[in-house]
Formats: sequence, C-alpha cells, structure tokens
Amino acid sequence: MSRALRTEAGAIGIETLGMTMRFGEFTALDDVSITVPAGSFHALLGENGAGKSTLVKCIMGFYRATAGELLVAGQEARMTDPRVAQALGLGMVYQHFTLVPSLTAAENLVISRADAPAVIDWRRERARLAAFMETMPFKVPLEQPVSRLAAGEKQKLEILKQLYLGNRFLILDEPTSVLTPDEADEVLGHVRGLTEAGEITVLMITHKFREVTAFADAVSILRRGRHVGGGKVGEISVEEMSRAMMGKAPEVSKRARAGTERREVMRLRGVRAQDRTGLKSIEIEDVALNSGEILGIAGISGNGQMELMEVLTGQRRTMGGEITVKGAPFGATRAEARTHRMRYLPEEPLRNACAPRMSVAENLAFRIFDEGRNGKPAFWKNDRAIARNATTLIEGFKVKTASPAARIASLSGGNVQRAVLGRELTGEVDALIVSNPCFGLDFAAVSTIRDRLMAARNAGTAILLISEDLDEIMELSDRILVMSEGQIAFETPVETADIGEIGRHMAGHGE
Amino acid sequence: MEPVEIGLWGVPLAVLGGAIRVSTPFLFVSLGECLTERSGRINLGLEGTLVFGAMTGYALAYESGSPYVGVLAAALAGACFGLLHGWICKFRGVNDIAIGIALMLLGMGLAFFFGKPYIQPVAPDLPAINFGWWSDIPQVRAALQVNVLFLLGGLLAVAMAWMFRSTRVGLTLRVVGDSTDAARAMGLDPDRVRLLATAAGGALAGIGGAYLSLYYPGSWNEGISSGQGLMAIALVIFARWNPINCFWAALLFGGAGALGPALQSVGVSEGYYLFFAAPYVLTLGLLILTSSPDRAMQGAPLELSLTK
Repeated sequence: MSRALRTEAGAIGIETLGMTMRFGEFTALDDVSITVPAGSFHALLGENGAGKSTLVKCIMGFYRATAGELLVAGQEARMTDPRVAQALGLGMVYQHFTLVPSLTAAENLVISRADAPAVIDWRRERARLAAFMETMPFKVPLEQPVSRLAAGEKQKLEILKQLYLGNRFLILDEPTSVLTPDEADEVLGHVRGLTEAGEITVLMITHKFREVTAFADAVSILRRGRHVGGGKVGEISVEEMSRAMMGKAPEVSKRARAGTERREVMRLRGVRAQDRTGLKSIEIEDVALNSGEILGIAGISGNGQMELMEVLTGQRRTMGGEITVKGAPFGATRAEARTHRMRYLPEEPLRNACAPRMSVAENLAFRIFDEGRNGKPAFWKNDRAIARNATTLIEGFKVKTASPAARIASLSGGNVQRAVLGRELTGEVDALIVSNPCFGLDFAAVSTIRDRLMAARNAGTAILLISEDLDEIMELSDRILVMSEGQIAFETPVETADIGEIGRHMAGHGE
Repeated sequence: MEPVEIGLWGVPLAVLGGAIRVSTPFLFVSLGECLTERSGRINLGLEGTLVFGAMTGYALAYESGSPYVGVLAAALAGACFGLLHGWICKFRGVNDIAIGIALMLLGMGLAFFFGKPYIQPVAPDLPAINFGWWSDIPQVRAALQVNVLFLLGGLLAVAMAWMFRSTRVGLTLRVVGDSTDAARAMGLDPDRVRLLATAAGGALAGIGGAYLSLYYPGSWNEGISSGQGLMAIALVIFARWNPINCFWAALLFGGAGALGPALQSVGVSEGYYLFFAAPYVLTLGLLILTSSPDRAMQGAPLELSLTK
C-alpha cells in the first residue's frame, strides 16, 4: 500500500469509490471517486449545488448512497447512520454552529460525549478538560456561555469538540465564512499543523481559492455532481481550478464606476441604540451617505451592524442622536421612506422583507399596492397594476419562478434576492440600504446582484452596503467604514484601503 | 390560649404565614412549568392539571384514608395529563399553546364531572409541622404552621437547580430546550426528552393541586383554584427559568394573595376586593416591568414558542 491509511499519531484516511446519489430523477452525485490519505489536508471545491454537501452527507451517513463504496482506513464501511460514522472516528464541523448557545464551552464539550456521566463531577471534568487543552494548539475560554464567544472562538471550539470526541477524520464545511481574514488564517494554520503532525485528516469544503492554495495539500473539484478535476496543490493553477468549477473561464465583470455627482442624502449624528441583548449599545458618531456612492460598512457579525440596519429601517428604537435625510429629520416611517425615496434590502429577505406565503406578484407589489393615481392612497386593490408590475420586474431582474402566482417561499435564495432587489429599485430611488445581499448565493447570482447595485450607484443612488463579506466590500465600495463593538472604528477610501489594516480594525485591534 | 393583641404587627405576620401557606401550589406548578419550558415546550394546561390533581388527591385520600395516597394519585394523574400533552405535541403542525388551552379546559371539565360526589365528604388533611412552638403568641404560631409539601418544594427547587448544572439529565434538557438541531446532531431524541419533561412537569402540578384540596383551603369544590396554574406560568417568566428564583417568586405571589385576608383581619375592609386582586395585579405589573421592547428575554430557552 503506497497510500497512508492510518498515521502513527492516529489520523485515518478515507476513499470513495464511484459514489452515486439519486433523488428520484435527479442525480445529485454521479460516480465520484476521491482519495484522502491519512494526515492530509484535502479541499473540496465547487459552486452551490455542485454536490459537495451531498458527498459529505453520504460519507457521514446522513444519506445512504444509491451506489458506490466508502473505505475508511482501507476497510469498507457501511454508513447507515451518523452514529456509525461517529464510531469510526469521522466528525463534521458544520457551517452553522451546532454548539448550544446558553451552555458554557465546558458543558458543551462534556454533554457531547456519548459516555457523559449521569452526575457530573465538575472538579474532575475541569481537570480533564484542562489536561486536554494543554495538548491543543489553540485555547478557548471554557467557562463562558457559548453565546458570548466570538465567531472565531466558536469555530475553534467546534474543531476542539471533534478532537475531544476522539474523531480523527474531520470534514469542515466552509469553516471560514464567518471569520475575519486573520482569524481564518489562524484557525486554518492550526488545523494544517494538526494534519502535519499526523493527528487528523481534513476534508474542507470551500469556495475560496486562496485558502486552497495556502493550506491544502490536494484538491478535488465537483461540478453538477461530477468529479471534474483536481490534483496536488501547486500542480494545478487557480485558472484551471476555476474553469473546472464553473465549466468555463470566469466571466470578467463589466462593472465599472462612472463619475457621479455627490450630494449628501443621509446623515447620522450621535445615533445611539441598545443592541438585542440590552447589555451593550451601538453609537454612531457622524456618518454621511452621499448620492452616487456605495458606502461599505465592514465588520464581523455581532458588532452592531444588524442593529444599525434595524435603526435605519425603523425596527429598533433610538436612544438619542438624529438621522436626517436631505436635511429633514427621518423616523423611518413608511410615509417618510416614500417621500424621500429610501429603499431597503435587509439580509435574509425571505424572512425580513417578504410575506413568504403570499405570491411573487403580491410580494413585488409591496411598494405600490396602496398607492393609487397621483400618489393618493388607494382603497381598492388594482389587480391589473399588480400583474403588470410583476411581469416587468420578473423579466427585468431575471427572476426564475413557475408563475407570478407562485408562493415566493418556493423560489431559490438567489431568485428571492433578485425579486426583492427589483422591487426596491423600481422607480426613482434616492437611497438604498443593503445588508449582506449575496450571503449564501452562487457565483452567477452574486454577479447579477452586484451588477445591479453598481448600476444603481452609477445612476446616482446613494447605497449603504452593510456586509460581512470583506471581498464584496472591497469590490463595490467607494468608501469603507469598519464597525467594531457597536462603533465606527475606521474609515478609508477604497483607493488606499489595505485589507490587513481593515481586518485588524474588524477584530478590534486597530490601535 | 388567649388571643394576644398585637395590632398592626398582625399584618406582616399574616402575610408571612399566608405567603408560606398560599405559595405552595404556585411553587409546585412553577417548578413543573420551569422543567417543561427548559425542554423547549410550554404547557399552558397546568391549570387544568392542578384542578384535576386537587380532585384526584381529595377523592383518593377520602377513599383510602391516607392523604399521602392522595398526593401520589394526584401526581400520577398530573403525569398522565403531561404525557398526553407531550404525545400530541410531537405531531407536525401541532401548536403546544393551543393544545395546552384545550387540556386546561379538559382537565377542569373532567375534575368537575368526577368530583361531584366528593364535595360533601371530608378527607383527611396533610399534616403540618409546627415551627412556632417557641412563641406564646397564637398569631406567630399560626403563621409558622408549615406544611411538609412546602419544605419538599423548597428542597425540590434546590435539587432542580443542581440538576440543571451538574447532571447529564439536566444538561440534556437544556440542550434540547436551546437547540433542537444541536440535540439531533448529538443523537438525542428531542420529542422524547420533551415528552418526559412535560410528564414530570404535569406530576408536579398535580401535587400542587393535592395541596389545595388536602391542606389549604383543604376541601374539594369547583372554585378551588383561582387561576394559580395560569399565574404560575407568568411566574416562571418572571423567575427567568431559574428554579431558585421560582421559589422566591412563589413566596412573593403567595404573600400578595394573603394581603387581602390579612388586612381584613385587622379591620381594614375598604377596598377589600381590590386587595384580593393583588396577585393578579402583581402578575400584570411584573410582566410589564420585566419586559422590554428592545431586547430579547434573558435566560429564555431558545426553542420556546413564546420567545421565537
């Protein structure tokens, strides 16, 4: 055997042979064979819907593969149940945390053990945990409730939990999507160290080429359920990877900034509000938003961006300060938003900006249904106008829906996002407030959304873009603000922006 | 013994004694509800369980001649109601609050139906321990008549707090109450945990009912409960899902309930009905004071349909 099945320090390797998964007519995974030798760091690349999660769910026993075999450390394994995978030492770190928020880190670790004692002797368990932590490359505060940990700490704790449970083959599902660049590098660096020491084998799902080239040994690429390429990192170029992933050379964005006239549209002065725990507050000293620019607000989630968005949309009370739009005080009522032509695209629009069980056409009419001719309030619903509006927007924004009468909840994430963006961008728009517009969307959807935002900016709309995706902020913004601990910690024009410096301010180490 | 004139001191003394006497059903129902809610489900049916427990306890104490058999029977009946609630709630699309209201009405209806023959007979009372032996003042003695169930409830609150912190059962319950997904990922069955937690909660509410009919007021009739089962649910929210806080909150509610009779005993008869409404006003007032439009509730189990 030339491939390592098991390292001395305990890491185990796996191999899939012709793994196939069909859901009725649809083939989600088609004859995929990949080999992950023990002690290696393997990346799994692919767009949304390429079959990455189906593959790992088959490996972990959440799905039973229609055909194909799985070898764990050279032995054929029948994954009938997630518990079988667990018993064989296979563990998974999910994109969304599976830690219990109100339990402390120590409680989370102890209760996740299959052999947790009926009565927990905390003195003994603490000693054992401390001894375990001694052997680990990174530390996490154990006595804090998990809800108070930063995203990076939670991600580390998820990985620690798998090691604590004795798992030696880890699947990481986009582990860095909620981390700052520095945090991501730190966590992945430690994981890399553990694989080099032969402690664990890692299979990481990602769509970030930088992480593949910087940390992985080898890569496998999936497209439409097929294994379309891969190889050793270093022998395969980023162009080859992206071509394999998308099936064609990536389209170069035609987005370009046009020169625009800048007038102040909105200004926040000394705005204070409580955050949702009621323990901390956010405070915005002085922020101005001008027409024809995209003002990006970067920050790690939970640093007050969500609360800022809620203040601007009128969902959260302010405790002081003032918001003015074109010089007039702004209270974010529907009437004020209409007069000043302010529009919003909150994050997770299906939850925050739609009535999920109403039809696409009705959802698209939320801005016009109560307005009759000449802007007078309407009493009767005008079905014809609603249908006309829906047809225009569905065509204009390429919303894929079975019919305008379909429930909006039946649409995919990208289509909901495009539909709501279309609704918010109809007519004259002076200001658009956007929060994480591309979260969870695939490349094509991301690209159209960003094109639309840039087009709106070029047409003179003032756009406030709140996003946790630093690449998005860097790509679209004219000016960048960094939010940390509820305050604006840093401001820079995009021309002189340095990603490392922004990352440090995001993490609260600006000075 | 001659009654001793102690004037206005009688009011706080009577409130204290009343707090101990009146608080026990609050204590048991709120501990039961605390247990159920910590598992992520809300059981509004405890008022019905309380009344049915009161009837069962009284009936079996009368038939067997032992109040303890009555308490056990009440607990068993309560557990059955809890099991029914937990079993119905595991089906998709069933709302735990609606089922709770249905079971509340069912429990009360069944209790009145089966309880008719027991309104006249007299069942044996639960014994009390006299902690006032050192005093010559009858009012002090009366106030310090403490029932066994009150002491048991206090111990139970401490035990439950310990359980949530230091046992596998307690941590499992908190995991299920906070995140169904995390519980599933751990291989736990959330529906089963909730079923058992609701059954245990129902048993405690049943005991609370037995106290009503077997000690204070100490007889079975259709007006035996004045909404204690419902107020105890508000009390759990006020106590922030902490069993020790439930104990103090139950005392506070019990004290408020004793205010009316205490004032009446010293001759304040004006606004008599107003003072009797004190517990209800207190419930309303505390819920308003401890709520906030701006922040999420602290300590609330995240899977609870109340806080979602």
